[in-house]
Amino acid sequence: MNPQTLQIICFYAFSLVAVAAALSVITLKNTVHAVLALVLTFFSAACLWLLLDAEFLALALVVVYVGAVMVLFLFVVMMLDIDLEKMHEGFVKFLPVGVIVAVVMLAEMLGLIGVRAMHARDLGADPAAVAGVSNTAWLGQALYTKFLLPFEVAALVLTVGLVAAVALTLRERRDARYESASQQVKVDPRDRVRIVKMAAARPDEPTAPQEPQP
Amino acid sequence: MISLAHYIVLGAVLFCIAVAGLFINRKNVIVLLMSIELMLLAVNMNFVAFSRFLGDVSGQVFVFFILTVAAAEAAVGLAILVLLFRTRNTINIADINSMKG
Amino acid sequence: MGLSTSVLLTIALAPLFGSLVAGFVSPFLGRAGRAVAHSVTIACMIVSVALSFQVLYQLTLGGAENYNQNIYTWFQVGQVNASIGFMVDRLTAMMLVVVGFVSLVVHLYTIGYMRDDSGYTRFFSYISLFTFSMFMLVMSNNFLQLFFGWEAVGLVSYLLIGFWYKRPTAIFANLKAFLVNRVGDFGFLLGIAAVLTFLHTLDYASAFSAAPGLAGQVLQITANMQWDAATVICILLFVGAMGKSAQVPLHVWLPDSMEGPTPISALIHAATMVTAGIFMVARMSPLFEMSSTALSFVLVIGATTALFTGLIGIVQNDIKRVIAYSTLSQLGYMTVALGVSMYSGAVFHLMTHAFFKALLFLGAGSVIIAMHHEQDMRYMGGLRKYMPITWITMWIGSLALVAGPFTSGFYSKDAIIEAVGLSHRWGANYAYFCVMAGVLVTGLYTFRQMYLTFHGKERFTVVAAHGDDHETASSDVVYDVHVSADSHEDEHHSGGQPGVLHHPPKESPWVVTVPLILLAIPSLLIGYVTVGPMLFGNWFGGAIHVNEANDVLAELGQEFHGAAAMALHGFTQLPFVLVVVAFVICTYIYVFNPALADRIKRALKPLWTVLDRKYWVDEVEYALFASGGQKMGRLFWKFSDAGVIDGVAVNGSVRLIHRSAALMRRLQTGYLYHYAFAMIIGVIVLFGGYRLFGN
Repeated sequence: MNPQTLQIICFYAFSLVAVAAALSVITLKNTVHAVLALVLTFFSAACLWLLLDAEFLALALVVVYVGAVMVLFLFVVMMLDIDLEKMHEGFVKFLPVGVIVAVVMLAEMLGLIGVRAMHARDLGADPAAVAGVSNTAWLGQALYTKFLLPFEVAALVLTVGLVAAVALTLRERRDARYESASQQVKVDPRDRVRIVKMAAARPDEPTAPQEPQP
Repeated sequence: MISLAHYIVLGAVLFCIAVAGLFINRKNVIVLLMSIELMLLAVNMNFVAFSRFLGDVSGQVFVFFILTVAAAEAAVGLAILVLLFRTRNTINIADINSMKG
Repeated sequence: MGLSTSVLLTIALAPLFGSLVAGFVSPFLGRAGRAVAHSVTIACMIVSVALSFQVLYQLTLGGAENYNQNIYTWFQVGQVNASIGFMVDRLTAMMLVVVGFVSLVVHLYTIGYMRDDSGYTRFFSYISLFTFSMFMLVMSNNFLQLFFGWEAVGLVSYLLIGFWYKRPTAIFANLKAFLVNRVGDFGFLLGIAAVLTFLHTLDYASAFSAAPGLAGQVLQITANMQWDAATVICILLFVGAMGKSAQVPLHVWLPDSMEGPTPISALIHAATMVTAGIFMVARMSPLFEMSSTALSFVLVIGATTALFTGLIGIVQNDIKRVIAYSTLSQLGYMTVALGVSMYSGAVFHLMTHAFFKALLFLGAGSVIIAMHHEQDMRYMGGLRKYMPITWITMWIGSLALVAGPFTSGFYSKDAIIEAVGLSHRWGANYAYFCVMAGVLVTGLYTFRQMYLTFHGKERFTVVAAHGDDHETASSDVVYDVHVSADSHEDEHHSGGQPGVLHHPPKESPWVVTVPLILLAIPSLLIGYVTVGPMLFGNWFGGAIHVNEANDVLAELGQEFHGAAAMALHGFTQLPFVLVVVAFVICTYIYVFNPALADRIKRALKPLWTVLDRKYWVDEVEYALFASGGQKMGRLFWKFSDAGVIDGVAVNGSVRLIHRSAALMRRLQTGYLYHYAFAMIIGVIVLFGGYRLFGN
């Protein structure tokens, strides 16, 4: 079998899976299932990118999205106690609108793309291969030279996202008990123990009858 | 033979599915967030395809940054979602309308 | 030897400096401010006047060339070059001296007259500013600077008529003066525009040299209507003069301007500003000589003013108003002189009139001080005992006004009357009748005023304090007591009943009497000295241009054999007889038979009413113009301002925003999917539009 035919078969197969999985994402009733469908979509997309010789991004997609973001989604979905029935309400009611909007939009996009006109455009050779390096090296060279500042900014954005997520979700529990080491250290014995000096006790003398204490 | 059009049409289809998802899931914020992720994926698909087609590295660099920002966005978005659920005890968008004018 | 630019600049700018100091520095100096104000302004005026005299000396005896230079380019628009420049010839120099001298005298007089007024420094600032403006006006060498001076004196006049701005009548009067002057100024501006259109220059010298080229030029109004260009220009310019010099029918503002302080009435509304129109026409003589029609117009207007405003003066009771109407009448005489191409006669009368009318006004001011700001002559009388200097100087001024032989007024007025008699211009017969009758009228109101004020019984009472004033003066006044419809002067006097004074009247202080004496001297003598050269000696040289065919003055000059001979000849002429008749009538009525005046008044009730109502000019003009303006104002107020601007623009936009916000608020549902929906729809529309209309 000719490799090009194989490629095209692969493309259509992965595309089909991706589109089907995407459709499931928006239609499945159970949110956990939907997240898993989204994982499948991303996975198929990663495969499609491999077909484009974008190995680094394909693997990054799998690692970052499938490995991290989607797991985060799963955590959240499972953590929250959601009434699935209620969540799915109105699905049928809004389905026609959604479909119409999507179809109109797709038609317009395809019209704008001009499928037939674009069809002849070959993708051409892999630019990384032309440069004689691997895709990762090719991307890395650009990223660490020309795009160094945006790269650093992206790192900052991630940090801010991390801090923001923690800051948003962190809460102090009123009923939690914990020790404060610094307060323990700062304790003064006088605050804890009071020494009272008293005269030695004597037997009571009979005196005038005392007024009753209030 | 795979052409540029294949990828662009795939991107368009994914994008439109995501749009449809926004419309038909009016209640579930998590699905909305996932629809947004799908949109970003569709856009990334275009970027990668054009990067290959034009032999320009910028497209792939851009995808890289979009992945970064999308990850941050997902993290913050989910954090907000958790907070929301904790205070309102719901993630139903229909109940979240305090921005109403 | 020429005149130096710096000298001329100093003449013009010294009063401005004084004005600025008095206006902007003195108010911050506290008590010393008053002394600073009057000393600085008077010092500046002395400098100006001294230099003016020097300029006059250089031009007459020193043999200096006429000065005509641009000093500063104001602005340039296309071909039009607007400069600030001076044109100083004998005409200008004479005006400088007259204006400067009268102004200086008035400055001095003001120290006494305004002593107790809170606006003391402001007043000095204004009159110095006025002097500056007037100097700019007379020294100008182009139409635009003339217009600047013209408007500047108008502004100061407005400010000064309304000097006591808390008085509603004063505010009404200054508004009236302002509006009436706008009418004239509009004509004047159109005239300047016409000059620019036809002569392509605003510079005097080039305009006058181009003036002969106006002959035959026409202004096409409609297909069948053509107006002679020279006539249009001259009549439009004269409309400006009519406003400023208060000619019928734009005279209505001048009597009301008497609301201002008396020094102002003397300086602005008698001696200088109101004569600006006369000066302007004399200055434009080369243009006016081009149009006989325009001169006839000038003649008729002037004659009408001379006679009919004088008649009103006979029935006035306010001492200042009598003089104001007298001023109108005398301005009419000047205009008549212009109308018969006797420009130098007009300017000559302007000069003599400036002195004797300023004298009369300042004298009236002195009387008013003595009477504690009572201006109604019905409550005066017998004042000659109390204030001899004022009495004598006022008589001198009055004699000059009625053209008693040998006084300055005689030479100028008599020459005008004679010249009108000799003129053949259309309307000259009418004008001759008017000026001749005007002599009688002048005599009547002048003598009546003098008698009522200084002679006869005292019609005021002196009461030491309040309370014991049961015997009011008016109770024994049997004649001439009529409450004029517009005698709102009653609110002027310092309080209590009219004619009741708290101390006896006394002669004014020296700062008031010295100016009177200073003015009395030229009022008597200046005519005798200058009549020969000014009228018949071609003294003005090239400053005034008269076509030979129109030169009545030359004709008159053939019979001129010296000033003394002219005066002696005057004794045998009709005007003198008329003055004597007026004197006899007034003496009889007001000295020997006081009851007669009232009887005459009753007998001639309709005529008296006509005069008292001033021919209803005010009412007619009000009905024709002012009420229309008011209606228009109300329309603008109700419809444009309240309706469109307030209703639609201000409140309407608020309402629109309010309503649209209420509408928009519904869009802001707060539901995320609505916003997403709107966004997606937007994207779809954008795509669709791009697909449809994009290339």
